[in-house]
Amino acid sequence: MFKPWLPFEWIVAIRFLREGRLQTLFIVSGVALGVAVIVFMSALMAGLQTNLIHRVLSAQAHIQLLPPQEVSRPLRQGGDAAGGEVEGPTVQPPLQRLKSIDQWQTVATQIRAMPDVLVVSPVAGGSALVVRGAASRAVTVAGIEPDAYLRIVDIGDKIVRGSAQVAAADILVGTELASDLGVDLGDKLRVATADGTASTLTILGIFDLGNKPANQRITYMALHTAQSLLGLPGGATSLEVSVADVYAAEVIAQRITTATGVEADSWIRTNAQFFTAVSAQTTANTAIRFFVGLSVAFGIASVLAVAVVQKSREIGILRAMGISRAQILRLFLLQGALLGLGGSVVGSAAGALGLFLWQRAAKNADGTALFPLVLDPALFTVALLLATATGLLSAVAPARRAARLDPVVAIRG
Amino acid sequence: MQLRRVRKIYHAGTPIATEVLHGIDLVVQRGEFCAVVGPSGSGKSTLLNIVGLLDRPTSGTLAVCGRETTRLDDGALTRLRGHSIGFVFQHHNLITAFTAVENVMMPMLGAAGFPNDAMRVRAAVLIDAVGLKRWQDNPAGNLSGGQQQRVALARALAMDPPLLLADEPTGNLDTRSADEVFALLRRFNRDHGTTVLFVTHNAVLADRCDRTIEVVDGQIAAS
Ligand SMILES: Nc1ncnc2c1ncn2[C@@H]1O[C@H](COP(=O)(O)OP(=O)(O)OP(=O)(O)O)[C@@H](O)[C@H]1O
Ligand SMILES: [Mg+2]
Repeated sequence: MFKPWLPFEWIVAIRFLREGRLQTLFIVSGVALGVAVIVFMSALMAGLQTNLIHRVLSAQAHIQLLPPQEVSRPLRQGGDAAGGEVEGPTVQPPLQRLKSIDQWQTVATQIRAMPDVLVVSPVAGGSALVVRGAASRAVTVAGIEPDAYLRIVDIGDKIVRGSAQVAAADILVGTELASDLGVDLGDKLRVATADGTASTLTILGIFDLGNKPANQRITYMALHTAQSLLGLPGGATSLEVSVADVYAAEVIAQRITTATGVEADSWIRTNAQFFTAVSAQTTANTAIRFFVGLSVAFGIASVLAVAVVQKSREIGILRAMGISRAQILRLFLLQGALLGLGGSVVGSAAGALGLFLWQRAAKNADGTALFPLVLDPALFTVALLLATATGLLSAVAPARRAARLDPVVAIRG
Repeated sequence: MQLRRVRKIYHAGTPIATEVLHGIDLVVQRGEFCAVVGPSGSGKSTLLNIVGLLDRPTSGTLAVCGRETTRLDDGALTRLRGHSIGFVFQHHNLITAFTAVENVMMPMLGAAGFPNDAMRVRAAVLIDAVGLKRWQDNPAGNLSGGQQQRVALARALAMDPPLLLADEPTGNLDTRSADEVFALLRRFNRDHGTTVLFVTHNAVLADRCDRTIEVVDGQIAAS
């Protein structure tokens, strides 16, 4: 019997759909398949992107400030000549010397005061040679203030042995460097620069950045230690900045450049290729959604068009008993919407199941998940709403035909 | 119910126009029980559809239950039809997706928008009145032809309309079923004062009506 809270159109629409069993089943499966594909694909891509961004940002600050590059200047003739310039025969790019950011403390204070900026941390970086007995390796030295810097790039997370809280006589090395030199925690390394400065540091921690060259080349030490080693007393070769919204990094970087006059690069700019790939993926995804949506719409429209023909006599009878055109119109619009809704509910469930199975099947070599999948409720809500709206829209033409049927013709058959 | 100079011309998708009704004048009083007879193709169904507000006359005027209908729009005609006119056609009257009693509820449900207990009770009473209490929850498609016509009759009376239009309701039935349906029509006419227009090719049944309207070639030959 009829549920008292269901309106007339719903009652009839549901009964008609139930009566047309096989047709309903086919079209619901079709819609479900489309929705499942979209849900699966979208969640996978979102997961992949989030994971890649996470990886990029765990090794890099959101924004990095660098001192200006040294540019070639034409030779200038001094003396009495009337200001005429004499160009050198060739203009070569000058050797890039280590250079500190002018007044970096002032700049850092200024940036810290800006909205959306979380942490600002100076780094003194340069090249050096680590020596252990007869072996030596060229490395990059990064002098950091661990408290601030670890909140920007979480080396602590990548430490496999030891600690990241470097003090004056400590150094952090990568796993590859450690095994190349045959050293371990607590061993001493001599670090020397080209101009002869050197100091002996103790290995406090060994890290794995997930990338072999980085594990071979990069070393961390305290800011002061690096400053004296590199001949940059009190200087910083870069300022690392982290911000609240990683996607706003480029905008904030531009604001920083405007405000301080120091060149600021966001992770978005330095990873431009990655973003090109992401946007190409997004375009492909949108195209797939569009065509799946289109075929869903055609499917529902054609099933309903057939239903209108099959049911035309019954439509005529309904009209004869006083059912209005508007009611007939709503009755068929509703069938379209219900097909879309039903299909998307089944499809969302199937998509979620597919994601779950995929996650269980696709594993890293070490058995951990390839990357964490997030089942975003918004994705399912959007899929449900879009499929229902598509069903409704594709029902418009058949529903109007049904509503316009001449009852006399429909009943005569 | 009154028709004045009602004409109906069909075009049927061709430039050739067929005039099916040639200026019909007809008055039927409240509570009359009329047989509508005449040869096949004479225009009986056309006349009934016009009286039943399913079709519009090409010219002429029509008043149903004292209401002039010529100037009403489709929505108003539909409402008037729903509340004042019950239809029974020759066959396939029922919505097969519903049970017998649900079919009887349908006009009340369509008019009210939502189901309620009153219409459930009324539908059950009507189903009982046509002698189908035992079959009320059967899917409409599973009933025999005679049973289906009785359900259709019960449904036509659901809104307690003053006018009942039956277009060969017994045309597809054997004599016994036809007699049962006819007896029901008579009973409703007697008990509720329902005006009945009953199209039939059956001379015996026509003779048992109070008045016979004969349609020949789109004109009233006798009434
Ligand atoms: N939509 C239409 N288009 C064209 N001609 C039509 C249309 N409807 C009916 N006619 C014609 O009008 C005439 C009358 O038809 P109608 O159905 O009213 O006859 P009838 O008296 O009910 O016949 P029967 O006893 O066979 O039911 C017929 O010649 C039919 O072909
Ligand atoms: Mg006829």
